[in-house]
Amino acid sequence: MQFASAIFAADVEVAQTIGFGIIAAVMIVAALNVVLSKNVVHAALSLVAVMAGAAAQYLLLAAEFVAVTQVLVYIGAVMVLFLFGVMLTRAKLGKDTDLNNDKGWLLGLPIALLLLVVMAYVLIDSFQDDQISGSGEGRIGASANILLSDRIFSTYALPFWALSFVLLAAVIGAIVLARKD
Amino acid sequence: MLINMFLLLGAILFCIGVYGVIARKNAVLVLMSIELILNSVNINLLAFDRLNGGNDGAVFALYIIAVAAAEVGVGLAMVLLIFRNRKTISLDDLSEMKG
Amino acid sequence: MGWFLENAWLIPVIPGVAFFLIIFFGKRMPRGGSEIGIASMAASLVLASGAAYQWINRVDESHGEEVHAVLSRWEWFRIGDLRVSIGSHIDGLAVVMLLLVAFISTLVQIYSTEYVRGDRRYTHFFASITLFSAGMLTMVLAPNMVQLLLGWEIMGLCSFLLIGHWWEERANSEAALKAFWTVRVGDMGLLVGIAMLLAIFNTLEIGEINEAAAAGDFDSKSMLMWAAVALFIACIGKSGQFPLHTWLPDAMAGPTPVSSLLHSSTMVVAGVFLVARLYPVFHIGLDMNIAGQQFNLVAVIGGITVLIAAGLAFVQNDIKKVLAYSTVSQLGYMMMGLGVGAWTAAVFHIFTHAFFKCALFLCAGSVAHTGSHHSFDMKKDMGGLRKKMPITFGVWIVSTAALCGIPFVSGFFSKDEIIDSAKHNDYTMFYIVGIVGAFMTTAYMTRATYLTFFGKSRGGAEHFEHELHHDHKESKDSPWQITVPLIILGVLAVVSGYLNAAPFKWHWFEHWTESSIGLHFGEGSAFEIPHPPVFSWLAAAPGLALVAAGFAISLLLSRAVFGSDKSPLQGLTQRNAVLGAGHKFLVNKYYLDVLYEKIIVRGIAYPISKAAYWTNQHILDGIVNTVGKTGRRTGDLVYKYIDQGLVDGAVNGSGTTARGAGGALQPVQSGKVNMYGALLFGAAAVGGLVLVLVNT
Repeated sequence: MQFASAIFAADVEVAQTIGFGIIAAVMIVAALNVVLSKNVVHAALSLVAVMAGAAAQYLLLAAEFVAVTQVLVYIGAVMVLFLFGVMLTRAKLGKDTDLNNDKGWLLGLPIALLLLVVMAYVLIDSFQDDQISGSGEGRIGASANILLSDRIFSTYALPFWALSFVLLAAVIGAIVLARKD
Repeated sequence: MLINMFLLLGAILFCIGVYGVIARKNAVLVLMSIELILNSVNINLLAFDRLNGGNDGAVFALYIIAVAAAEVGVGLAMVLLIFRNRKTISLDDLSEMKG
Repeated sequence: MGWFLENAWLIPVIPGVAFFLIIFFGKRMPRGGSEIGIASMAASLVLASGAAYQWINRVDESHGEEVHAVLSRWEWFRIGDLRVSIGSHIDGLAVVMLLLVAFISTLVQIYSTEYVRGDRRYTHFFASITLFSAGMLTMVLAPNMVQLLLGWEIMGLCSFLLIGHWWEERANSEAALKAFWTVRVGDMGLLVGIAMLLAIFNTLEIGEINEAAAAGDFDSKSMLMWAAVALFIACIGKSGQFPLHTWLPDAMAGPTPVSSLLHSSTMVVAGVFLVARLYPVFHIGLDMNIAGQQFNLVAVIGGITVLIAAGLAFVQNDIKKVLAYSTVSQLGYMMMGLGVGAWTAAVFHIFTHAFFKCALFLCAGSVAHTGSHHSFDMKKDMGGLRKKMPITFGVWIVSTAALCGIPFVSGFFSKDEIIDSAKHNDYTMFYIVGIVGAFMTTAYMTRATYLTFFGKSRGGAEHFEHELHHDHKESKDSPWQITVPLIILGVLAVVSGYLNAAPFKWHWFEHWTESSIGLHFGEGSAFEIPHPPVFSWLAAAPGLALVAAGFAISLLLSRAVFGSDKSPLQGLTQRNAVLGAGHKFLVNKYYLDVLYEKIIVRGIAYPISKAAYWTNQHILDGIVNTVGKTGRRTGDLVYKYIDQGLVDGAVNGSGTTARGAGGALQPVQSGKVNMYGALLFGAAAVGGLVLVLVNT
């Protein structure tokens, strides 16, 4: 296997690769727990693990600022929202057998597997053993963040505006939907 | 590091999320599965960003995080509204769109 | 240059700002925001008058040299190399329209303070009408197509708000929707046309486009032709030309001041304005005035509209609908004029028509407001009002004379020149259309006048007569807010025509505006438009004779039909089959609405939905059911034949599995979110697989 041998090739940063492997394994297990768990709260907590793992992967990819945002927004805010959602909809806090569709796996499993096979084939076929080159220096630290903010407010200012509208609409929409009148 | 490690991790998370969307009945859990999908996309974006240099991918990853936050806010508000009106958030019972 | 010309961009900005002021503070103002609206329109009027004055000076000082438009532009946004500006492009045409729109809007707003007094959405009304005027003003001074589109769309939105002002009644909200959607059909043409202009000329600046088109500076003539056709579709929608004219009469559902504003100087004129503004594109794209040409798109559509709308005006009982069809017909004249190469005459007709048509609508509103208890039905609630409402009656008569083209009143000078030009430029067919249209115009207006102001009082008018009698009064006209604008407009309906009175060889209007075309008058090169004809009473005689005939015939018929109860002519349409069929055909508006709603919409939309339904029912369900049935049948077969000899549990197991598979596949149309998610991702997976297989 080309792919497998490439992982252990000499020019690969072994420490990072091992770190990646551990975090990725944790993420996959946690993600499976999100979709398989019989306990809503456990699922939510597993989601936290996935999010945290993703943040760690972002760090490996030298995307410091995104990682911090991920922790703040997802683990800080979104997860609290989810837990509130669980609480307010009075889900059973223990095991709940009524979380899945009857025979849902009959439909979900083939589709998910088919999708995975197709994607994996395409990825391995096209990227072979391409390396992420360079040390990632210059991508970390204050100067990188300045570059990032320059990008947001110049080249990508238009999507930024659009995003502001989306957020505004979401705030108003959420209030309108959820208020009791 | 191989770029494919990250891309495959993204693909796996994506497919797990897809499975969750299809197999789960509880609306909150479906929303969580959608979050998995969004996160896997972010991993891909940042991997490509690192591969190509520059920081365009990071910008869009940030945007996706913001959109996801908005989506969860509205989604949970809808779930709450549905719960208030029907005392259930089981997607089975919401089949008014039946063709 | 002149301060007013350079700062003309303020003209639309003032009402635009006023709109927000009215929205935010209007309800707290002592007069509900109307004072802001009127003040802003008056300010615009002052600025527009200043601009007009300075423009006239500029033309007079040029001593026959070419007068260039005054441009003030700022960069709005940039896409690649394309810079889109915002600002003002002031030339003769723009000045005429600015003055017209600001003037009419001011009068209409003053009129509205009385007409919609006490309305529950009084503030809202003034906000919309102010924004509407701002939209039109933005459009007429647009230096490029993008700003023009902006103003065009603002108008579309506001017309929706205004026509549906009393949306509690279903008919009104439907009329508003109809107006919006019908115009929308045309707007597609505008977008396509603008894109094509950009492709041809690589610029969106109107001045540059006109120059390049006039100089023949483009690659493909047929491309230019299609651009002109696309833009003209937009004009058909906006200006209510055949076959998209059906929204205009329905738009009468709005308050009368709105009808008056929309159908005199704004909204519907926008289409004609667009053709006049980009005249070189149309003129060259459609080969107008080329030797031997008998027809072209603009003239044909205009000509058809003249006749069709005039025909419909005969059978209306609602006074506003008569005026609406009359507007459609007059817009047809303008288009026809542009189509036969009579640019000045057509623009001049915009100018005069605005005054007398606005006056007519406001008269109709005045009658309804005071004389007929808010009814617009001429047959039921009007009649005999001439002595009771003298001012309204006087203005009505003068404006009607102008509309019919009776000599020495404004409409005569403009309409006759269009008709005359058609003959002069060898478009004989449109000459005939023109004089027949003039005949019909006179006839239906005589009918409407007779029904409203002569004969016996009926319904609401009769009630009004009793009230007067009770108060021991001879007459009682509307309050000053209504009569003052009426009188001003009535005077202008007479005198505005003398700005370009061909019989007296007065050609000021032509002199002031001709530089805006971008083409030169005179013969020789293919890209020049012909000189207007020299006026002679002999040439005008056939038209005038027909106008007189129309008046006489219609008066006699009206007296005979509506004058007395025992007329032998009354109810003729019920008794005579041929006339009855014709009447019915007209009452049903040539069945165009039926064609659109029943045949086209059903013919296209219905089969599509039906096909989709059929696919659902037969193909998708069929597949699912077949799978389910096959599974079940397999189970049944297994049960029936093999069960006897084999272990029960195995059989039951396979049966259940089959049933489960069937059950899992069956609810494709279940309405369940998960199922739709499964379909989505499943389709994506299969699509990806197909792509991979195809590409390897």
